[in-house]
Amino acid sequence: MPVNADFQGRVYPPTETYRVSAAKIREFAEAVGSADPVHVDAEVARARGYADVIAPPTFAVLIAQQCDAQLIRDPEAGIDFSRVVHGEQRFTHHRPLTAGDAVIGTLHVDAVREAGGHAMVTTRTELATEAGEPVCTATSTIVIRGGE
Amino acid sequence: MSTQPRDHTTVRAFDSVSVGDVLPPQTVHVDRARLVQYAGASLDRNRIHWDEPFAKKVGLPDVIAHGMFTMGSAVTLVTDWVGDAGRVVEYGVRFTRPVVVPYDTGADIEVSGLVKSADPETKQVTVELTATAAGEKVLGRALAVARLD
Repeated sequence: MPVNADFQGRVYPPTETYRVSAAKIREFAEAVGSADPVHVDAEVARARGYADVIAPPTFAVLIAQQCDAQLIRDPEAGIDFSRVVHGEQRFTHHRPLTAGDAVIGTLHVDAVREAGGHAMVTTRTELATEAGEPVCTATSTIVIRGGE
Repeated sequence: MSTQPRDHTTVRAFDSVSVGDVLPPQTVHVDRARLVQYAGASLDRNRIHWDEPFAKKVGLPDVIAHGMFTMGSAVTLVTDWVGDAGRVVEYGVRFTRPVVVPYDTGADIEVSGLVKSADPETKQVTVELTATAAGEKVLGRALAVARLD
């Protein structure tokens, strides 16, 4: 199997803090074409009860993929990144990511399994503020294509 | 910090929505410039999303869009309909096929949505999204749950 099965159940140490900025939210919202002014206008965001501008629903991937890199770059995991394909992605938002948030991610390797000569790895990144408030759970399944 | 929106005026009313309602469809046009923009914004700079010779060398037909670009642009159908991008509480997809993005023409992703269920207790609705490119489904089991007013 093109991945080390012993990694199932592994939990990586919490990452360094990621600071969510209004500038990055704007850039991301423009890139995915989300025209909601709540991403760029703090007045609109506050009128809706948010502390500042909020991120689009898939913004968390930016932080989660940095967490996933711990596994993908771990030599003991044996993952060949050039053979990696994104299979599934899911977000559960406890609240929207907001400009000013100081976020820490904790990476869990939930499942490592084999199917049809390929390996599938499901990771879960729990994103919480430095103060410990849960913000988002991002679950990702990657497929590592087997050798031909 | 307050996380409960106070001003609900922009958000769709739960009582106005029924299971089976169809969301207004959208077409997302994606070209190489857009993929470079998304690569920079998302920090996913994998060459298969902008470097045609590289993409072909690793066995792809051409440059392909980031799956996460497709996922992120498709959900704007839901957030536009809901009226607040902060109301999506859950969103998941399977990436069933890549969106191939030729240099000359780019690609169109056709996105549509259908209300699959509605829970009066929580005022949450589940929308099933369909996204196709070149006539093929590019997302599978694409479900977004949003909290309405």
